[in-house]
Amino acid sequence: MIGERDITKVQELVYEMKVEQVMTKDIISVSPHSLMIELRDLLREKRISGVPVVDEGRLVGLVSIEDFIKCLAEGEIDIPIKDRMSINIKTLYNNEPLVQAVEEFDRTGYGRFPVIDRESGELVGIITKGDIVRGLLKKIEIEYHAEEIHRYRASHFFEDIVADKTTLIFQYKVISKDFNRAGQTSSGLKKTLRRMGMPSKVIRRVAIATYEAEMNIVVFTDGGQITARITPQEIRIDIVDSGPGIPDIEKAMQPGFSTAPDWIRELGFGAGMGLPNIKKCSDQMNLDSTVGKGTHLEITFNLNEKMKLGSGNDS
Amino acid sequence: MTVKEIVKILDCRVLTGERNLDSEVKAGCGCDLMSDVLAFIKPGAILLTGLNNPQAIRTAEMSDVGVVCFVRGKQPSEELIALARENEITLLTTSLPMFDACGKLYTNGLVGWSEYKE
Repeated sequence: MIGERDITKVQELVYEMKVEQVMTKDIISVSPHSLMIELRDLLREKRISGVPVVDEGRLVGLVSIEDFIKCLAEGEIDIPIKDRMSINIKTLYNNEPLVQAVEEFDRTGYGRFPVIDRESGELVGIITKGDIVRGLLKKIEIEYHAEEIHRYRASHFFEDIVADKTTLIFQYKVISKDFNRAGQTSSGLKKTLRRMGMPSKVIRRVAIATYEAEMNIVVFTDGGQITARITPQEIRIDIVDSGPGIPDIEKAMQPGFSTAPDWIRELGFGAGMGLPNIKKCSDQMNLDSTVGKGTHLEITFNLNEKMKLGSGNDS
Repeated sequence: MTVKEIVKILDCRVLTGERNLDSEVKAGCGCDLMSDVLAFIKPGAILLTGLNNPQAIRTAEMSDVGVVCFVRGKQPSEELIALARENEITLLTTSLPMFDACGKLYTNGLVGWSEYKE
């Protein structure tokens, strides 16, 4: 499936890439002094419908299968190509951006353009719509492959490190009452875990739990910090804020219990489901809170044998 | 049910993800409470909501929900649309109220989470 991002990527590429990057460089050409009859075998053998006519490196014309058929119909196949070729040919320069070629194909409806080296003036290639499509696809594939390698490296990070114990730590700051940026931490963490090749079911649980916790910091506290510690065995998230603290943790854990004011409910939160949600998503949860000092929520997700790092997305 | 079918049934405007209209939606969820959504929504579902703020998109992002539809003709802000696009979430709006929109999708065969089978 082609996503929006891929489309913009193609748009970018047609501006970025040059004609010479996609054109066919193996040019089959004919001399203006050859006879039309000689075209027959050439067109049939190479399965092409037109050939540039070149004299001492310079493009002097273009002769197509239509020209040949016309000659055939008129019984004049023994005349030199130069008498029957088209002379006013639209060409493209080697260093023009692809978008220029696309526009010319659109405007003229032609099937191919000879490509001329801007400096030497010599014929260096020929370009068709097919060349453009193939060139773009190849480039996208290469870039996709580069991203895959990126992911591969990230997912094998732990295997490549020589140490008795390895822990990756990501730290995020969460700003109080900033509702437009609320969720950025969870979003960043989710994208990072995906890039590391974590299984998508675990990523989803981590993302949902972290997002609920992040919203709690934004809504109820003066700001805080989220730290993710990743080892080959588990993901541990520490969510720490500096107040006001939870007076009755048991109550706070009851589904539906909420101290959120109405304006928070209007934002779609504050239904008293946050902490129960976090507990449901995580494998282990520890909640420590002192009124006036702050809250420390620790949640852990096991990466068992089946789901360990590098096993890739599983859904 | 495909996104395209949903667009037709609810007479939606498509704000992002025009090129993903052939993708499959597995279940439906109509909800304004994001915590409830986070607790129960299935990956691959459509979220119908009246909550017109970035948290609706974030919630969809966290729970692997690819399609969000705003009901009652809510017009989201440019920032919200950009956030949806960045996270490759298809964004729709319908002028139908929540109950009507959910009802139409359900009678056309889209299940909710009580009937959803993985």
